[in-house]
Amino acid sequence: MTDAARPASPIAATARSQDLKFYAIWLIAAIGLVALPMIFPSGGSLTSFSLIGISIIFALSYNILLGQTGLLSFGHAVYYGLGGFAVVHMMNAAAAHGWPIPLPFIPLFGGLGGLCFAAVIGWVMTRRAGTVFAMISLGIGELVASSSLILRSLFGGESGITTDRTALPHMFGWTFGPQIQIYYLIAFWVMIAAIAMYALTRTPFGRICNAVRDNPERVEFIGYDPHVVRYLACCFSGLFAGIAGGLTAINFEIANSAYLGAVQSGLVLFATFIGGTAYFFGPILGAILVTYLQLGLTSLTSVWQLYFGIIFIGIVMFSPGGIAGILMMHRPLIRAGTLRTVIPSYLIALLPTLVLICGVILGIETIARYTANQGEGNAINLFGIPFNATAPSTWIVAIAMIVGGYLVARLTWRRIAEAWDRATTGARDRGYLA
Amino acid sequence: MLELIVISTLNGVLFGMLLFLLSSGLTVIFSMMGVLNFAHASFYMLGAFFGYQLTKWIGFWPALILAPLLVGAIGMAVERYGLRNTHKHGHVAELLLTFGLAFAIEEIVSMIWGRSPVDYRVPELLDFPAFTIFSTNYPAFKIFMLAVSVLIFVVLLIVLKRTRVGLIVQAALTHPNMVAHLGHNVGRVFMLVFGVGCALAGVAGVIAGPALVTQSDMAGLLGPILFVVIVFGGLGSLPGAFIASLVIGLIQTFAVALNGSLASAFGPLDPSMGSSVLTDIWNVTIAQIAPILPYVLLVLILIVRPMGLMGTRET
Amino acid sequence: MTAAIEIRDVEKRFGNVGIIHGLNLSVAKGERHAVIGPNGAGKSTTFNLISGHIAPTSGEIRLNGDLISGLRPFEINRRGLSRSFQITNVFARMTVWENVRCAVLWATGHRYAFWKNVDDLPEVRQRTAEILDDINLFHRRDVPAGLLTYAEQRELEIGITIAGGADVIMLDEPTAGMSHAETERAVALIRRLTEGRTLVIVEHDMSVVFGLADRISVLVYGHIIASGSPDEIRGNPKVKEAYLGEEAT
Repeated sequence: MTDAARPASPIAATARSQDLKFYAIWLIAAIGLVALPMIFPSGGSLTSFSLIGISIIFALSYNILLGQTGLLSFGHAVYYGLGGFAVVHMMNAAAAHGWPIPLPFIPLFGGLGGLCFAAVIGWVMTRRAGTVFAMISLGIGELVASSSLILRSLFGGESGITTDRTALPHMFGWTFGPQIQIYYLIAFWVMIAAIAMYALTRTPFGRICNAVRDNPERVEFIGYDPHVVRYLACCFSGLFAGIAGGLTAINFEIANSAYLGAVQSGLVLFATFIGGTAYFFGPILGAILVTYLQLGLTSLTSVWQLYFGIIFIGIVMFSPGGIAGILMMHRPLIRAGTLRTVIPSYLIALLPTLVLICGVILGIETIARYTANQGEGNAINLFGIPFNATAPSTWIVAIAMIVGGYLVARLTWRRIAEAWDRATTGARDRGYLA
Repeated sequence: MLELIVISTLNGVLFGMLLFLLSSGLTVIFSMMGVLNFAHASFYMLGAFFGYQLTKWIGFWPALILAPLLVGAIGMAVERYGLRNTHKHGHVAELLLTFGLAFAIEEIVSMIWGRSPVDYRVPELLDFPAFTIFSTNYPAFKIFMLAVSVLIFVVLLIVLKRTRVGLIVQAALTHPNMVAHLGHNVGRVFMLVFGVGCALAGVAGVIAGPALVTQSDMAGLLGPILFVVIVFGGLGSLPGAFIASLVIGLIQTFAVALNGSLASAFGPLDPSMGSSVLTDIWNVTIAQIAPILPYVLLVLILIVRPMGLMGTRET
Repeated sequence: MTAAIEIRDVEKRFGNVGIIHGLNLSVAKGERHAVIGPNGAGKSTTFNLISGHIAPTSGEIRLNGDLISGLRPFEINRRGLSRSFQITNVFARMTVWENVRCAVLWATGHRYAFWKNVDDLPEVRQRTAEILDDINLFHRRDVPAGLLTYAEQRELEIGITIAGGADVIMLDEPTAGMSHAETERAVALIRRLTEGRTLVIVEHDMSVVFGLADRISVLVYGHIIASGSPDEIRGNPKVKEAYLGEEAT
């Protein structure tokens, strides 16, 4: 994440100002986390923030494998789920035996659960890399998810295992019953986990992880065993995923086999990839977006998972660097001052692209009501405009919007490409690598 | 007992051939193009649903021809407009594209046909018992499935070994870059191979649909097993995929048929032991652990022989 | 005196195709040894055999007397042998500084440390800076390696190779694709960086070979047909016939 060539400046002064900027970002984040519930105090917001926080830890842990070490995993939820189960068992045992472990320390046991499983299975899993590792992770994920239904004493069968988060010794007089206290617990762990995972990228181990990602062959010729590096990355990833799972178990006071499942693994992959794997803050963005979308879309439409899939495919095809990638792409332009070259083309492209997107949404919703007989009736409400799913006019409008929107939007996209060309040339002329 | 063995062997071989129909397409696509088609089981599912829908409209036998062609066409479109554009971003991006595709296809199928099983019936022509072994009637449709699988297998073998296209595909199995250098229109070959691979998956869906449950989660259930087959047999190896398909098909079929457990063999544990991991393992039947057996095999092969039974290529 | 590298009766077959037959080679400590030969002779294969990328079908390879045939590359690297690659093999997404720093980390004992801040290690920083100075890339240290010019990447390649402080350095066609001026600079760099170490170099550019090497071995069809001082090789009739060609009279 170092800058591209910058104009000549004294190294020490630049380093110091970079340090200040760096600490300022973390400080602002901390203040933001503390202040958030005061700005949005409703119960629904608190729940959302809690879930987003957990999602951030989970996605960051996933990026240790994907973005840092180049390992694509389809079964990451295993560590998350096992962390959750470790926590509920620990909480129930602590409450039953009266152990003096207050709730804030409990997520550590979640991390321990994730770490133990990663340590045991990770060595075998990381013997292969690339596509094969992805397949293996899928198989292991299925193995654990299926086993959870067999080992009922550990996993509680279909209904899972419940717990009571207020049953542990209180800290500062907090019972952790109210959602706001849970939010602060989660926010606390988000800060710790994020700082820890960021620090990990600044260690010798973290740097070698990047090297293994870029060129595993070469890494052997500088003295490192890629297998050991991948194994350690797997362990760390499992540790933090377990913490995330533990926090979820605390939040919902239950752990069940869905925590371990393929859907959960898919969601964290979505969040991390859509956010962007090449930058540390990418998964944070992705987690916020995906969780927010999930919470919001579920009430709006029955096929929200389809929209997820389409967004994901779109990102993979057109911007594999994710949202973070798109944002960072603009940084050289901002610093060179050529950003204003592209802004007009964005604005022009906005309308046709929106029409295209709305047409697609209308089409999908119409098909959904028409075929699946959801019992929700035939009314679609798009931005307050009612559409009747069975009326031919709806079909015509949808097709017109899609076709018309696409044809016009294509022209505007070409203009964006041209504007970018000019902007990047300008940036390069001023010495900023674009 | 003997009846159980014979029936299970028949069913196991059948399931194995079905797995091979799917894994052969997957292997050829992977060997040639370097992309592991995560959505392969989704094309299988599309074949089943198209087969169901077309059977309702025009009958089973026309559907048997038309549905795989449709699935193959969709496959070609995916290659042409999706994979080809993602190729420059690397194999991970291609794999993720097919992953997103699998997700989207499952959602679209759920949207159109719902989440419950659909009534995909065996065609009347084949709805009779082929023969009776001991006291069980073995359905003719299953024999039909076996026959179609074997037929396709033989045709595949002939095409691969005796035709020019087959020669190119064989070469690409081990040296894909070289094939491009030799001046073949790689783009068109890729599109064709991907389309044929998907069509094969579609055929498997059309014929398996009436026998197995046709439901929107069938891709999610079969997909992971398919990948275990590939890893177990060794990436890029058709003979490996064949052996692995049969092994896993037989093991799972036999496991489902057996109702034994440690409890049935050695008697129940002392009830005062209460509920624990030990009692769970003691009481679980082989049939209940049948779904996880392929994954246990996966872990075993990783420990013993990481490149698979007959693996030749690294990714 | 133990040779730095000793190859004895090594054979390498890929399936039924034999690439290396009865290879015998000895490189003394501190010697600058060039391996030349026509394309397809097996020079890169020989390098891959020594550095552990592939294992010999039969025969022995020894490093400072210790058997290394069959070991993994990182095990051989930790015993003091480092190599560069014919096709540039750097860490494209990391900066030049980070490339060299990664190569330095193992040798400075930091290994898989996940509890230290990599920016806070003075000896690592110093050594990285020294090497970057040596290869004249200090001013480009913040550029992602994938964005360097070709010659700069080749120089970075050499830098990564020597960064770990290995005693035995193997360079695979380091000046391939360079202009005349770039080649001269590279040769001076190599001569300076391998002072006091053992160097094995594969090259096609004869001026580089004859200017740099103490001893030369000629590899043809997987077999060493001649090995000796530059003058001996220049005058050897078998070598002229197989590779160097007749001198114009």
